[in-house]
Amino acid sequence: MNFSEVFKQTNQLCKVSPDGKYLATCVQYRLVVRDVSTLQILQLYTCLDQVSHMEWSSDSLFILCAMYNRGLVQVWSLEQPDWHCKIDEGSIGLVSSRWSPDGRHILNTTEFHLRVTVWSLCTKAVSYIKYPKACQKGVDFSRDGRYMALAERRDCKDYVCVFVCDDWHLLRHFETETQDLAGLEWSPNGCVLAVWDSCLEYKVLLYSLDGRLLSTYSAYEWSLGVKSVSWSPSSQFLAIGSYDEKVRILNHITWKKITQLEHPAVIDNTKATVYKEVEKRPGVGSDEMSLHSITMGTTLFNTQSKYEICPLPVQIPVVKPDPDRANPKIGISVLAFSSDSRYLATKNDNMATAVWVWDMQKMSLEAVLEQTSAVRCFQWDPQRPRLALCTGNTKLYLWSPGGCVSVQVPTEGGFQVQSLNWHCSGNSLILLGKDQLCLCYMDTDQEDK
Amino acid sequence: MPESSVVKDIRSSSVECRTSPLRQFSQSSLPLHRNSYALSTFCAEHNVQECLSHINQEVSSFGLPPVWTEQDGSSELNIVAVLNCMYDLIQLHRRGLRTLENMEVEQLKSNSNVDYLQLTSTRLKEQLEISKRENTGLLERERQLQLKVKSLQNCLKNEKEEVQKLQNIIASRASQYNHEMKRKEREFNKLKERLNQLLVDKKEKKQAIDVLNNIGRADGKRSLWKTEKTEAKHEGEMYKTLLSDYDSRQRELLMENAELRKVLQQMKKDMVSILSARKPAAKGDKHEHGGTQAASEEEEDEVFDSSKESVELYCVHAREKLTNSIRLQWRRLKSHVERLDSQVSLAQTGETTNTDAVPRETHEEEMDRLKLEIQQCKDFIQAQQQLLQQQLSSPCDEEAASLLSDGYMLQEKERLGEEWKTLEGQRKIFERERRNFTEAAIRLSHERKAFEEDRATWLKHQFLNLSPFSDSKKPSLSKSKSAFLISETGASAAVAPEKLVKHQAESPRCVPLTSPSTADLYRTLCLIPEDSSAKPKRQTEHAEESSIFCAKVRLKRWDDIQDRSLAQEKNSSI
Repeated sequence: MNFSEVFKQTNQLCKVSPDGKYLATCVQYRLVVRDVSTLQILQLYTCLDQVSHMEWSSDSLFILCAMYNRGLVQVWSLEQPDWHCKIDEGSIGLVSSRWSPDGRHILNTTEFHLRVTVWSLCTKAVSYIKYPKACQKGVDFSRDGRYMALAERRDCKDYVCVFVCDDWHLLRHFETETQDLAGLEWSPNGCVLAVWDSCLEYKVLLYSLDGRLLSTYSAYEWSLGVKSVSWSPSSQFLAIGSYDEKVRILNHITWKKITQLEHPAVIDNTKATVYKEVEKRPGVGSDEMSLHSITMGTTLFNTQSKYEICPLPVQIPVVKPDPDRANPKIGISVLAFSSDSRYLATKNDNMATAVWVWDMQKMSLEAVLEQTSAVRCFQWDPQRPRLALCTGNTKLYLWSPGGCVSVQVPTEGGFQVQSLNWHCSGNSLILLGKDQLCLCYMDTDQEDK
Repeated sequence: MPESSVVKDIRSSSVECRTSPLRQFSQSSLPLHRNSYALSTFCAEHNVQECLSHINQEVSSFGLPPVWTEQDGSSELNIVAVLNCMYDLIQLHRRGLRTLENMEVEQLKSNSNVDYLQLTSTRLKEQLEISKRENTGLLERERQLQLKVKSLQNCLKNEKEEVQKLQNIIASRASQYNHEMKRKEREFNKLKERLNQLLVDKKEKKQAIDVLNNIGRADGKRSLWKTEKTEAKHEGEMYKTLLSDYDSRQRELLMENAELRKVLQQMKKDMVSILSARKPAAKGDKHEHGGTQAASEEEEDEVFDSSKESVELYCVHAREKLTNSIRLQWRRLKSHVERLDSQVSLAQTGETTNTDAVPRETHEEEMDRLKLEIQQCKDFIQAQQQLLQQQLSSPCDEEAASLLSDGYMLQEKERLGEEWKTLEGQRKIFERERRNFTEAAIRLSHERKAFEEDRATWLKHQFLNLSPFSDSKKPSLSKSKSAFLISETGASAAVAPEKLVKHQAESPRCVPLTSPSTADLYRTLCLIPEDSSAKPKRQTEHAEESSIFCAKVRLKRWDDIQDRSLAQEKNSSI
């Protein structure tokens, strides 16, 4: 495992191009494009203001830089550095900006979600979509890039609009049976749209591409409901994480629950392995506490750690959320399927230091990783069943069915890993700190406990 | 004695009538007295004195003054004393009667008391019983009520918990609503501000896009106008996507169905086979026999059908038939297994009844049979293995192989023996020839010596008789002879060993002691008769050639023999 040197970045804006060749980072108001393997700077662009959002187009030829404060979007071309494009939303403001799947249209959501403006870079034409809903996930593109589903709120009722991305033709427009639609997501095969209600009501609706309601699923009433939803890459399963600390898996044939995965505080009676991160703290009066090492800042702050396998039963530390506050820190907030649909990684918010890995073939718990501090981010390798996670310290953790490993990021001055992204080839990881980034190249699979 | 009987009488009379016991008593007492008096002949004329003394004793024992004293000289009784005594006795008696009466009364009283007490006690016992029963009844009710109370308390607890939970839910929902409300209010405020700002702000910044140059579409095609055709095309594409997805899903499901159906069929077959195998073993299930017979026939039909065409099973009825038949078989198998289990458990506990013994015996028989089968199979497998090994190691049976090898050996031996014989023969021939040659050589040398001596004498003779003409012939003869020899040797250079040739070339005169070549020897041998005529020369030539040829042939044959033997050796070694 090799680590590159540390580069600057702002706002956690660091993205690899879809073809995997380039790495774009934003530093203040500059956009830096590097080659992924050599990390040499290929292009440097200057935007008009600090960039709030940056996105690659699907063909890796253009980069969009949105500055929400100024209501500006600037588009840069990789092939022609001289080419420029600026979209000014004017008084109407800008809240979000994104590419369309064909890489030639930009969808800007105005302030207060008044409308969505579709700008065409080919024809400079403009289209408007009215009454978009301001919710957790109001817009989703199908994986093949042909259709876009948009949540609409009109006359206190929720609707879903399905657009054909080719020419922005409104294909279907139907009302949903939700109280307050919180999000929608296409299945990976593009034929089913999952729509879920806000947390006040547990309701997940499944619509076919042509707008027919296929099924409704509601696990219980009154208590806080759905917190997160995720499709498996094979479109076979729909995982619903809710505030009752359970994940329910629906199958794509009958849309009925096939199992529910529970996250108890005491893990017992399971064949899963529980990995506990244990810090190897050097002794206080040891030789390592030399002046040199203190000044280097390595010994005190960069403590080595390793994983130990704990025998069952294991108690996971639970933090009870404040009952008076809204959006309590309880329930399954993150669900992630591995690329082969074999594993599902979940995080329960009141057991924030633990990541649970479930085996989808056996529908049982495979492993639990208990970290020393709250898990901030985890992501599956796009090519193989390998999970990378970080907890805001200087270490990177990797889990695979063979075992788990904790790797210290070897940087001076302590690089706190706050989020990570895999490269699409699965050969490298981009680690993002507060205002730094570092690349980690995996050359061989190192699995040791 | 009389008193006891009187007392008994009193008892009995008291039971009958309690009114006037005294009279009866008094009435009864006198006759008794009379009776007893009549009965006892206490005093007679002859024992008056004794009677008197006796009565005195008796009276004194009562504490009364004596009736008769010895003082009086007369035998006549003191009547006064007697009357007093009698009167005292009567008084005593009356007193006794009175006490008896009193005691009787007392006894009656106590009897009645006892009765009364008995009655009360029975009454109280009954009351006690009743109250005990009531008590248990009450206890029971109390217990039930307690249970009810507990259950109600539980219900109450549950309800409280639920209420609490609902309250929590309401609280969380309320906080969520509040949060949302606040968020919306904030947004609304922002919107109001912005609206105000916009109304105030005169210069409105319009939306604009500034592109250096238009870029082409991603797929390179030209964008189309939005027409009905395109809309229809979009619809069509959408439905196509959906249909293809359904198609693929249906295909997958069909495959899965087919596999599962196969598995079910297999299971059914297995179950049927197991159950039919068990049928002769299980006795006492005759009713099932009939049923299973019919069912098995049915199943056979089913199996037959399903093997023909799988499409038939796609209809609901066929599916139901299959599932029903599987359920039926499974139930039978289950019952059978349960029966076996119960039998086993019974056997383990030690109980053996007739019905149990029979299946167990059959079970054991089966076991034995199976064991035997297993043993047979094992033996068979072993035998097979052995045979296979033998096959691999040698092409045929061991005996035959040994025989064959023996045969080969014998053959070899024979051949070798023959060859040895021929070789021996040849060796002998060669020896003979060599001997002949050596003899011939020796003879030749002798003759030569003689000839030389003759020549020497002749030459001496000639020298002595010197003449110039006679010399020339002889050297030419000798020269011709030597020339002839040389030419001959040249002709046979190939055959003759070089040594001998050399020897011959060097000194035609001196004969080597080693065995000369056969050709030379023949020649020398033939030379002797050769001097006579030319034909023998040719003959010798022929002979020589033939000899050469013979020698060659011999040598060749020797080589051949050698080769053959070598080859044979090689063969045999292989």
